[in-house]
Order: sequence, then structure tokens, then C-alpha cells
Amino acid sequence: MILFMLRMALKNALRHRLRALLTLAGIALAILSFGLLSTVVSAWYAGADAASDKRLITRSAISLVFPLPINYGEKIRAVEGVTSVSWANWFGGVYIEEKNFFPQFAIEPTSYLRLYPEFHLEDAELAAFIRDRQGCVVGRKLAQRFGWKIGDRIPLRGTIYAGNWSFIVRGIYTGRDSGTDENQFFFHWTYLNEWITQRYPRRGNSSGVFVIGIRDGGEAALISERVDSLFRNSLAETLTETEKAFQLGFVAMTESIVLAIQLVSYVVILIIMAVMANTMAMSARERTAEYATLKALGFSPGVIGWLILVESLLLCAIGAGIGISLTWPAVRAVGQALDNLFPVFNVANSTVWLQVAAALVVALSAATIPAWRAMQVRIVDGLRAVG
Amino acid sequence: MSQPAVSLRHVSKHYLRGGQVIDVLKDIDFDIAPGDFLALMGPSGSGKSTLLNLIAGIDQPSGGQIIVDQVDIATLAEAELADWRASHVGFIFQFYNLMPVLNAQENVELPLMLTTLNARQRKEHASLALEMVGLSDRSSHYPNELSGGQQQRVAIARALVSDPSLIVADEPTGDLDRKSAGEILDLLGQLNTELGKTIIMVTHDGRAAERAHAIRHLEKGELSALEMLQPAKV
Repeated sequence: MILFMLRMALKNALRHRLRALLTLAGIALAILSFGLLSTVVSAWYAGADAASDKRLITRSAISLVFPLPINYGEKIRAVEGVTSVSWANWFGGVYIEEKNFFPQFAIEPTSYLRLYPEFHLEDAELAAFIRDRQGCVVGRKLAQRFGWKIGDRIPLRGTIYAGNWSFIVRGIYTGRDSGTDENQFFFHWTYLNEWITQRYPRRGNSSGVFVIGIRDGGEAALISERVDSLFRNSLAETLTETEKAFQLGFVAMTESIVLAIQLVSYVVILIIMAVMANTMAMSARERTAEYATLKALGFSPGVIGWLILVESLLLCAIGAGIGISLTWPAVRAVGQALDNLFPVFNVANSTVWLQVAAALVVALSAATIPAWRAMQVRIVDGLRAVG
Repeated sequence: MSQPAVSLRHVSKHYLRGGQVIDVLKDIDFDIAPGDFLALMGPSGSGKSTLLNLIAGIDQPSGGQIIVDQVDIATLAEAELADWRASHVGFIFQFYNLMPVLNAQENVELPLMLTTLNARQRKEHASLALEMVGLSDRSSHYPNELSGGQQQRVAIARALVSDPSLIVADEPTGDLDRKSAGEILDLLGQLNTELGKTIIMVTHDGRAAERAHAIRHLEKGELSALEMLQPAKV
């Protein structure tokens, strides 16, 4: 009986070809949009999600734009629980034109790359990078984007550090997984430091942030406090936090945008819910006489409700199936177009589950009222109804 | 003397409309013997369809007893009544009321979904019912691919497939041309004489009513005396 009724519900769902097609297209589009918008939101948090709980970031307590003396590194290294220390400076150079934005960091190569095991680099490439003061290492996606190869010379126009800079690609790193940012550009901090020291001696030997490796992620708060207490009441007080909190600080600056995107994604689902509810209400109203006939034949009101609910679920399942399958190619296309904005732009498992849940909510909410009404209709009234 | 197939005692039905009580049926009292073929006639609004609905268990009386096969159906709860209808009553409607998304075979199989028969047995029973109404070759056709007369035959096959003792027909020829109407009435007569089904038919058509064993006239909710006819010839 279940198979028979399931077939009947499917036939009912596809009974009005044009209506079914438009409804399916609407659901597919809504679920796809919801998936895309959720992916954008996830991409916003990608940096925080990829953060390691065994890394802390120390920066100036006043603002990120104020550098910290490089000798802080040695003092931090001596703090209990700290396993390694490295540092990095934001460079902010322009490659040919502004629209080619990508993040560039001046780093201490050996210690920095050891702190980021998710960046996979061939040993020979690492050695070549360490040897060459003008060398740089770039992410796989970044190299692909501009067609860079090992040995290529990359010109950057400095904005913070004015002038024309030139780097030679010595290595191309790949990410450990799809959540790793492959759009970064690293070069030698000593190269930058020499330039600063020559022109602005008082600003030399400093770093934008210190990256601290710790033994146990559970001690992050304690170690942060130990580090910051070292420099309390000094000219350059520090603020130490987990890498995740540091990344979330950037997200917080644009939180209202993320919130707006999230709201839009929910509105899309609300709209399709209304469209679907209208479709189901129309279908059920047209079939009042048929449902009354089924009741007259002895079928219970529950079976009638079940038929309407299954019809709604089938429509949503087909529509959502199409929408979800289109999410990957759509995300790939959008990701390519926005790769300078979102270095990590992947469909997360949680996004797919959210899409499934949204489709389920749409199906159930759209069917509830028509099913309840059809169940309540008296047989004699239903038989008089004209479809 | 055997028990009547249908027995109505002081049955009444009224509606409340705009605070006013409208009497549709008043103190109806009559019996129908097993294997009888009764035609209910009367002008529009006389209450004949309401009476048929009460006997078929798809409406509840305001008062009185309706005993069908020794069961007082007026006392049954909705779910019990649905089960009772599934096993005791076959329905034939004026506009056939077939499911447009199901083919003839599937439409006839529909009442058997409520039985314990398996898929193969259901198919066999439905095929047999279609054969009885002369539509074996149209089993895979959908209602919109069949003429009115053929659709009504499918509806008759659906009404008899679960082997009910009572068949109720509400204007079964009302939407058909004369030839098709004649064929449908022949078929109903056959169900009555050959299979012994008790049939109650509501009709406007005097010629259709003549196929019954007896005619009851309803006017303003009241029943006239029984008019006996010759049994229909098959």
C-alpha cells in the first residue's frame, strides 16, 4: 500500500507539468541561493575555522598598526608553555594594479613555516627560499591565478613601504586540506627590515605580530596572560589571544555584513516557503473531491494528510536535490570570481545539511495547513467541491 | 422472514443555516430487503442524496437509527465508519470520481488497498472486476483516455471489487448519453440479479428508475409510499 500511495503522491506532484516545473525551479533556485549565501558566510569565518588552537598571536595592545620590538620574541620564548616563536609583518604591496589584491607577509621563514604545518612545501623549495633573501613562497591558488612558476620575478609596488619591490618565486606551497588558505605570499622579514632600517632607523627591528606556538591549547588563556604581563607598563604593551580570536576580531569588523547576508539567506527560504505553501494549498483545494472520494471509499483522514505531506516532501526533495547538486559548480564559479576576496570558498558539509534542513522545513510547513484542511473536510461537502 | 439489508427508523436530518433550522429529512422509516434494487426519486432539494449519504455512512443523521447488515451505523465513530464503508459499501457517483493520476486498473485496485490482499491478489481481483464490466482491454488507460460510459464502468468495477453487500449510486447515468446510460443500467441490473447486490440508486430519470424493483419518492424530506415495479430484465 505504501508504494502504491507513494506512486500516487509522485503522480499528483507532477500532475500540472508547468506548475510543478516552476515550483521545482523555485525550490532549486532558493536552495542554491541559500547554499551560496551560507558558503559566503562560512568563507567569512574560514580564517578563524582554519586557526590552530596551539597558536597564539601577540600584537600591540593599542592597535595592530603599531609594531612591537623584535627583541620581545626572545622574552616570549622563555615563557612557560611556549614551544616556539615567530613573527610577521603585513606588507600591503600592489601587484600591477589594486584589483589584484592578495595578502603579503614578511616572515622569518624557518620558524614561521614550522608553526604552520598546514602549508606543505617541498624541502628543496624551502631550502631555496631560505637561501635567497629576495625569494618568496606563494600559495598554489595564487600561483595559478597569475600563472606564476618557480623562478618567476614578481614586482610589487609598496604602499606602506613605498617603492618598487621585486621577489623571485622559490616555492609554491599547497594546503593540507580544502580549508587552508592558498592565496598568501611570504617573503623574508630581513629583506623588509633592512629597507626600513636604512630609511627609518627608529622603526627598524620591529614586527607587526608575534606568532607563538604553545604546548597545550588548554593553556592558551594562561600563557596569553603570562606573555602580556611581561610587557605590562612598558612603552609597547601587548595583547595576546588565540589565533581564532585574532581572526574573529577581523570578522567582527564586518559582522553587520555577515548578519545581512545571513538574513537574506533566511528571507530566500521564507519566500520559497510561501510559494510552496501556495502551490500545495492550490493543489489540495483542486483535489478536494478526490480526497472526499478516497475518504468515502474508507481511507482515513490520516492517509489524506499523508498524501499531501508526501507530495510536498517529494517536490521539495527533487527541487532541493537539484539545488544542492548545483551548489558545487556555482560555488566553484563564484569562488573563482571572488578568489581575491575569499581565499577559502568551499561548500562545507554543514552547508549541505542546512540546505537539507531548509528544504525539509519548507516541505513540512507548506503541507501542514492544506493537509489539515483536507483531513477536516466532510465527505459530503468534499464531493460537492468542483476542482 | 430474513433481516432487512437496510433499516431506517425515525431518521431525521437538519442543518443550521444562519441560525435557522432547515429540515432536510423528517422521520424517515423504511426497510430494504437483501438483494433489492431501490430507486429514490424526487425533485432537487428533496433530500434524496442526503438520504443516500446517510445509508452509505458518509453523513450522520440528526436523529434515528440506520441499521445496515444489522449494524447501527449512526452510532459508529468516524474511524469505525470508514472501516465499515470499506467493507460494506460500493460507491457509484454521477461524475465517476475516478483518480485522474491512476489508470483504470489502479483505480479499481484502490479499495483493495484497505484489505489484507497482497499486490498480486489485488491485481487479479481488479482485472476480474474490469472483465465483468467489459473493460479488460482498457485497464492501462487513464480516465481522460476513456469515454464517460467507460469511466462509469470503471467506477462500477471499483464499487464491486471489494465485494460489498450494498451498492449506492448517486445519479449514475446523469452525465451520460442515452446509449451509455442504458449500458450502465444493464450493468447495475446484472450486479443485482447475478451477484445479489442490494442497490440503492438516486435518479431524476424515470426511465432509469424503471430498472429498479421499487421506487420511493421523496418530497420536502418526506417519503411517499413504496411503488413496486417488475424486477429489471437482464
